[in-house]
Amino acid sequence: MLGWADTLLQGILLGGLYSLYATGLSVIFGIMRLVNLAHGDLIVLGAFLILAATSAGVPLVVACAVVVPLMFALGYGLQSLLLNRALGRNILPPLLITFGLSIIVQNGLLETFSADTRRLDVGSLQSASLPLGGGIAIGVMPLIGLAAAIAVILLLNALFYRTALGRAFRATSDDVEIAQLMGINNRSIYALTMGISLAVCALAAFFLGTRANFDPSIGPARLLYAFEAVIIGGLGSLWGTLAGGIVVGLAQAIGAHIDPEWQILSGHIAFLIVLVIRPRGLFPRAVD
Amino acid sequence: MPFGTANLGGKKSDAAGGRFAVARETRASTITLIAALPAIIVLFALPAFADRSLLQQLFYVFTMLSLAQLWNLLAGSAGLISVGQQAFVGVGAYALFAFAVVAGLDAVLSIVLSGALAGLVAIPIALIVFRLRGAYFAIGTWVVAEVCRLVLAQVKQLGGGTGTSLPPDIASAIAGLDFVRNLFAVRGPAARDIMVYWLALVLALATFVLVYRLLRSRHGLALSALGDSEIAAESTGVDVFRTKFLIYVVTAAATGMVGALIFLQKARISPDAAFSLIDWTAYVIFIVVIGGIGSMEGPIIGVAIFYLLQYYLAALGSWYLILLGGLAIVLMLFAPSGIWGVISQAFDISLFPVRRRLIAKSGTTPEQADKPQNRR
Repeated sequence: MLGWADTLLQGILLGGLYSLYATGLSVIFGIMRLVNLAHGDLIVLGAFLILAATSAGVPLVVACAVVVPLMFALGYGLQSLLLNRALGRNILPPLLITFGLSIIVQNGLLETFSADTRRLDVGSLQSASLPLGGGIAIGVMPLIGLAAAIAVILLLNALFYRTALGRAFRATSDDVEIAQLMGINNRSIYALTMGISLAVCALAAFFLGTRANFDPSIGPARLLYAFEAVIIGGLGSLWGTLAGGIVVGLAQAIGAHIDPEWQILSGHIAFLIVLVIRPRGLFPRAVD
Repeated sequence: MPFGTANLGGKKSDAAGGRFAVARETRASTITLIAALPAIIVLFALPAFADRSLLQQLFYVFTMLSLAQLWNLLAGSAGLISVGQQAFVGVGAYALFAFAVVAGLDAVLSIVLSGALAGLVAIPIALIVFRLRGAYFAIGTWVVAEVCRLVLAQVKQLGGGTGTSLPPDIASAIAGLDFVRNLFAVRGPAARDIMVYWLALVLALATFVLVYRLLRSRHGLALSALGDSEIAAESTGVDVFRTKFLIYVVTAAATGMVGALIFLQKARISPDAAFSLIDWTAYVIFIVVIGGIGSMEGPIIGVAIFYLLQYYLAALGSWYLILLGGLAIVLMLFAPSGIWGVISQAFDISLFPVRRRLIAKSGTTPEQADKPQNRR
């Protein structure tokens, strides 16, 4: 019984990390209907950038504070220089450009950092935990990760629903032609969107790197978890994405509890089941 | 477009008062067909004078060409952009091992059965992933491929996570092997190379004919209509779901057969190799995109270029992959219709025409009718 309670708790915390992966993807899905196949690899790139900064002697927190805006700039540049050129009715060009990017990032990391597994060191915080009584303890770092996921969503929702810029984002998402008629430059909105997406990726990278080992090859799996969270949650809703992340995290934790080899498979199966039962996700908001 | 490709579906009746005829063959396509015959005969006779390494390299080329034609049908014609076709390569490959090792069937029969099984597996998969549209469909197919990989890694009889090898006696249990051995007076392994080479050649030709005939059939017409406008196509009686479903399942079955043949040749299987995204999807997409998506000629050109790059640059390892990724991006930005797209537009040429063109009977050809219609 105790084992199960612990499993569910760990699943929810894992879900917090997954929804952090997924939020960046959810934002670009929602606003651009773009699928970034390099999303997972860009998270891993973020982790390696933080690692590179810390190995150069920069404190971890400072490294994060530098890498988040750096990744924002990368996203902005990527969208305005590459992806904006491939916009249009045909979804193939943007999809294949991000696919090519995924391969480039993955192999570029492999060349630069080798295939060794790495980890970000947070010192004593690494193993710190809060006892909840009854023999269950909750890790401090995973808890901060979940809190960060919630904070990011609060922040983004405030941006989208409380500011003039947010109105422009939503207008572009609803109907890009009409938004353009109203004087919105959709290309710069898109560039900002990708910037935000990659900034969130950088934050996710920090929690990825402190939670477990990483190496250049793990990006695609992160993309799949993030994608599953977005679809399970329903397109267009960031809280839905959080719920979706927690569903994937819970499914993986439960699967791993039954047999460690089933962890990843259980997450995928949960996604397929949701797809069969509720094809539009648990909390759908947007059409398409 | 006054003469849309989609609405010229009828027989060769004179749609415009007897002044026009609908034609598909071009002079270039007739010449190609005539030239193809001796080329195919030479390819079949090749084992008589080629060495083993050439046969092995051509085996790779033919299997990649088959996969490329199939992905091109799926993505280029049906608009189903899948990044999960490795699911069917892997299922076909594992089915081959199951039929050949566990059930003890002949290898060629096993390949056919593996294809059928991959097609069967594709039916429930299609029903699930078809709930996702466009780019979401792409990642959905990837998830399914991962599920297949993880499930088959659990099957201990087929080697589990580490994989297994075909026992030598079973690997050589191909009908007609003794005949080949006597015909060319070669030893077992060389005869096996010749057999799988022929099988790859037959499969590549069969895949080509299948895709070509499909695109020239009423299903091809439906696909071309779908490409122009799904809503308009549906309103003229095209069953969108059925058409795409049919293409998906047929493609999966054929992909499964190719996968089975590839791993019959390798004689060694593991989940990571059988369900490799890079080997069976990324390379295939690259071949189609560089050659020209949405045309029969594209994958042929693409596979030739891919083979040359692979031959000269594969030793670069990850830099080679970075180069391929970069090339694909540049191509998508500046020539999304690929090399064949550029050539066919510049010279107004089509070797394997799938479109119907309007020809004026009265000598003076109207410009619109003579020009190739816009792709898609």
